[in-house]
Amino acid sequence: MATFWIILTAILVSSACAILGCFLILRRMALVGDAISHAVLPGIAIAFLWSGSRDSLWMLLGATVFGLLTVFFIQSLQAGGLSSDASIGIVFTALFAVGVILISLNAQHIDLDLDCVLFGEIAYVQWDTLTLWGADVGPRAVWMLGITLLVILVVVGLFYKQFKLCAFDPALAAACGIPVVLFHYALMGLVSMTSVASFESVGSILVVGMLIVPAAAAYLLTDQLGKMILYAVLIGAASSVGGYLMAYAMDASIAGCMVAVAGILFVLALLLSPKHGIVLRYVRRKYAAR
Amino acid sequence: MWNWVISILSDPNTRWILLGCLLLGFSSGIIGSFTFLRRQSLMGDTLAHAALPGICIAFMLTETKSIALFLFGALIAGIVATFGISWITRFSRIKQDTAMGIVLTVFFGIGVVMLTRIQHSASGSQSGLDKYLFGQAASMVLTDVYVMGGVCLVLLVACLIWFKEFKLVSFDPGFARGMGLPVGVLEQLILLLTVIAVVAGIQAVGVVLVAALLVTPAAAARCWTDSLALMVLLAGLFGALSGAAGTIFSTFVPNLPTGPVTVLAATVLFAISTLFAPRRGLLARKLRSIQAKSTYMREEQATLQLSSTQPQTQKRGEM
Repeated sequence: MATFWIILTAILVSSACAILGCFLILRRMALVGDAISHAVLPGIAIAFLWSGSRDSLWMLLGATVFGLLTVFFIQSLQAGGLSSDASIGIVFTALFAVGVILISLNAQHIDLDLDCVLFGEIAYVQWDTLTLWGADVGPRAVWMLGITLLVILVVVGLFYKQFKLCAFDPALAAACGIPVVLFHYALMGLVSMTSVASFESVGSILVVGMLIVPAAAAYLLTDQLGKMILYAVLIGAASSVGGYLMAYAMDASIAGCMVAVAGILFVLALLLSPKHGIVLRYVRRKYAAR
Repeated sequence: MWNWVISILSDPNTRWILLGCLLLGFSSGIIGSFTFLRRQSLMGDTLAHAALPGICIAFMLTETKSIALFLFGALIAGIVATFGISWITRFSRIKQDTAMGIVLTVFFGIGVVMLTRIQHSASGSQSGLDKYLFGQAASMVLTDVYVMGGVCLVLLVACLIWFKEFKLVSFDPGFARGMGLPVGVLEQLILLLTVIAVVAGIQAVGVVLVAALLVTPAAAARCWTDSLALMVLLAGLFGALSGAAGTIFSTFVPNLPTGPVTVLAATVLFAISTLFAPRRGLLARKLRSIQAKSTYMREEQATLQLSSTQPQTQKRGEM
């Protein structure tokens, strides 16, 4: 049963991240996703101090605000003339530092372990259950992630055409009257929410892995956005299951193994993809030369 | 006030740590200027994350906790990471930022796997490897300061010797290539020096925050000057100040790790620079635009006044 909850949590994380990750890498904002997943830390810490407990909904909302704040600061610095990579680097490190300081200084009030924030501890999620109306309805992490995934599916599903256009051709989108900035913030808000919801299970740093790697592998496998999202979700799920098995066999960090397996799948896609894989391109070139 | 300063400097341990962090901040600021100009600021973050498996492998192979060995392992991992990124970008349609993200997280994930394996093993608790995540400058000893000093010296000497070449390669690599300079080699050299600075910085501020040591002082220095030499010097100075501030504050407040305070000090310096630097600062620009507007308004009014008296005389003339 424990295995079921762990794998379910992991699949929820990887699915949510995979959908968002596809849009992120198409918009070349992979590292902004990295920045957001680090920068939500002070939001989590403040929400903790405020509510005094892990009261999930407020923490989710409060920390999501920090993600949006990060994007706002990055945009402001860029508008002021600073190059994009420097703006990202300055903003997220400053916010992460604030978060670490808040957690270190308030250790007795915050039930957060810094290591847990970085790596998560997915093996423990099953014991932290939610009680609604006196009934035990399952691990809280599963609920939070489930709601997050639902929100993502609804938002992306409703505005699929807009997100798609903004990802491929923002200029055309703006010319069509689509509020590109709004959708940018919407995407980043979803990323922020996913980081917060996932940090307990896989930690903030490895959320980035689930955001980028399955989506990148899917990017090499197809030219259609719909299929890319589907492949990314499948690869993410495969990484979760494979990673759990690997961690079980090696007695190592579950989250780390999941990202490692995702990396292996990415390398396989890089080499063997029928359309863009290196090995097959080489073979095709040799045959064409004949 | 002086008693306070003396009390800090009287503890030899604090002196060493302070010196180490000063040197580290200084050298990071210097090499950071070049990566900042080349728009490769996040490379430092990627290299820092990628260094973790290198450190773990170094520990697993030798079973000893030696800073020099860790540095060597991290260096190798950093170089492998750099090759990985350029390989992915060159041989597939993946863009550079995504490639950096992939290498960053996959290497870090592998590093975390190794870290947990080490921690579960017999000799794990002695490794002190988890210090590398958030930095623990307070655990620096004299040998660490020697290593830090050595690193700083290497970086300084390299930047001095090849200053003109780095300058040209950073601003106009096409022209440099046309002049016959080995641009590829020089770029790899800058990257190597960055890896060295990153690897040394991980000890003091930890994996996640070491990018800040490279970027923030350089960005702050950029606001004050257009001369590269001055910018590099200022960046080093800002870095050193941040390192010192971080060490001092975390000595006085218990439970406070040095890394975040150093980064916040650097960010505060950056904020001050962005706002108050002459010519490039926000305040200066605002004042200039207000001045320009008021000059424009005065000229407009003068022209209007002039043209309001003109038509009367013209009409009389016409009639």
